[in-house]
Amino acid sequence: MAGPKYPGFDTLALHAGQSPDPATGARAVPIYQTTSYVFRDTAHAASLFNMERAGHVYSRISNPTVAVLEERMAALEGGVGAIATASGQAALHLAIATLMDAGSHVVASAALYGGSHNLLGYTLKRFGIETTFVSPRKPEEFRRAIKPNTRLLFGETLGNPGLDVLDIPSVSKIAHEAGLPLLVDATFTTPYLMKPFELGADLLYHSATKFLGGHGIAIGGVLVDSGRFDWEKSGKFPQLTAPYAGFHNMDFEEESGTRAFLLRARREGLRDFGACMAPMTAFHILQGIETLHLRMPRHVESTRKIVSFLSANPSVEKILYPEIPDHPDHALAKKLLPKGCGAVFSFDIKGGREAGRRFIESLRVFSHLANVGDAKSLVIHPATTTHYRMSDEDLKKAGIGPGTIRLSIGLEDPEDLIGDLNLGLRAAAKR
Amino acid sequence: MELALSGRKAFAYTAAHAFDPNLCTIVFVHGAGLDHSWWGLQSRYFGYHGYNVLAVDLPGHGRSEGPALANVGEMAGWIFALLKELKIEKTILVGHSMGSLITLEFAARYPESAEKIALIGVAYPMKVSDGFLDAARRNDPAAYDMETIWGHAPQVPFSGNPNPGMWMYGDTLARLARLGPGVLHTDLAACNGYAAGVDSAAKVKCPALFILGARDMMTPPKGALALAKAMADSRTVDIGPSGHSLMAEAPDATLDALIGFMA
Repeated sequence: MAGPKYPGFDTLALHAGQSPDPATGARAVPIYQTTSYVFRDTAHAASLFNMERAGHVYSRISNPTVAVLEERMAALEGGVGAIATASGQAALHLAIATLMDAGSHVVASAALYGGSHNLLGYTLKRFGIETTFVSPRKPEEFRRAIKPNTRLLFGETLGNPGLDVLDIPSVSKIAHEAGLPLLVDATFTTPYLMKPFELGADLLYHSATKFLGGHGIAIGGVLVDSGRFDWEKSGKFPQLTAPYAGFHNMDFEEESGTRAFLLRARREGLRDFGACMAPMTAFHILQGIETLHLRMPRHVESTRKIVSFLSANPSVEKILYPEIPDHPDHALAKKLLPKGCGAVFSFDIKGGREAGRRFIESLRVFSHLANVGDAKSLVIHPATTTHYRMSDEDLKKAGIGPGTIRLSIGLEDPEDLIGDLNLGLRAAAKR
Repeated sequence: MELALSGRKAFAYTAAHAFDPNLCTIVFVHGAGLDHSWWGLQSRYFGYHGYNVLAVDLPGHGRSEGPALANVGEMAGWIFALLKELKIEKTILVGHSMGSLITLEFAARYPESAEKIALIGVAYPMKVSDGFLDAARRNDPAAYDMETIWGHAPQVPFSGNPNPGMWMYGDTLARLARLGPGVLHTDLAACNGYAAGVDSAAKVKCPALFILGARDMMTPPKGALALAKAMADSRTVDIGPSGHSLMAEAPDATLDALIGFMA
């Protein structure tokens, strides 16, 4: 018997979470630029505060425009719900702050965005949360690093900047055997290229600033919960399974089952830490998501052309892109990323740091800046920018050398991009 | 609240309140494959507004030990045993979908114990298609997809969730993914096999409220007519745009209907 069908990805990208505005008929998502919401009466107010009725109270906790983005991302990822945050870093912090107290421990991939490495390696240490970094290419290292106080395994779907492919099925199995959830940063892949929940991840987040928005005009993050991790069964998360005096002695798991994590993250994390997303930002990110399914194939197609061009250039020492057969994760990428490995990759230029400088400063179409996932093509030198706080040893672990250049391929004519790179490589080769 | 029934752990959500023998008790009974948290907002409201609340997990669901019970009559008997254990002589029952059949059967079998009943998303007969039953028997995820898609109004994927930031399809699928093997099939077979509907409705002596969604694909509103007609004292609230998951799709309207009924 043929069963009913879910709407396709493209349709959800345009419609999930929103129907025409009931007040005005507006088809586009209205920007509810308001801090707060009028209560019908005192009883209604009390019921909203005590979670007896659904609705909005204050835009730090929830907002109708932001809620459309949250629901749409949950639909695209196959989660139970989502929380939009002020940035991708805020999303990572919200996940950790919801699950952990001082004395907790994280096992994380060593191949992380520099900001995430800072948060885990330095900043959270001040608050008593320690991290052990392991190779994303060796799932067994995750297992060996787990301690009695470990509460989370964490990695990026595609590591930054070496594009290490996280073996989510293997790492999630290790996590679940230890009664722990796996959180992934899915920024580089977006739900168009990979569905981490289908591979075993429990929680994920995006820097929505990148491909989701695509326009480079808004900073934001989204934290999504699969709802599949059984906090009660794990027994390691009293934050979700024991009465909490900070919210009327609520036991979040008992109260809401599959929604426990998001309930505490919203009702405590957004309430107390306050890193919420502004409604205008949610609107901007939504405009990007509406064309995600059109942009990502073009990003990947152009990236393949540029990788092919660079592969044949004698000034290029090494390219780190998993679709190249000699990339260490080529076979895994074919399995986990059949639609492509994204549009961010790095390569090593011959001549080290000085050649890198000449290359970047000769480019005219590529913009030299600290971002990825824009419709415009971007370039950066990680060792002196995004990852500059990392030690040489940590840089090596993350696959970054002194001549490593990171590119983010945009939506320009790929021939113009190749022409620009050709100019840069010629300049780099001059002595 | 946890207690032992016939030596097996049983759980009921109480909205974090201790049982007060001076208060009226409302028992919430969930539908096929679900658990107490399906009642989230509604059970919490009454728990904080002068009632004892018992949002039960039926055997084999949520936090209650299995096995799942095979038919609606046994499930009604389990509710009665739970009340007896807690020394509750009379109660209001609110049931959804399969839980509405259990509520109906409870009121018919134990009329002295039922003060009022509310039946949400109910139809009789509650027939389940062979394809749905077969998929559930095989523990095929296709059964979860059927429950999810047919369990909501068609517009749900294209409209906002009243609960900010939540995705109804994803939530239902995540709940079903936690079920033990065979539990959904046992529930669906119990709904499909329930044959006492109109006869039991005629035995109901207490007031009854029907809360129905016009876009309910699983239990279309016309399917409740025969039951309502057979009852001595019933009224119906139609919640226009809602599908089968009324507590999630139209939480305020469902709650308001219940508040009006309890008054």
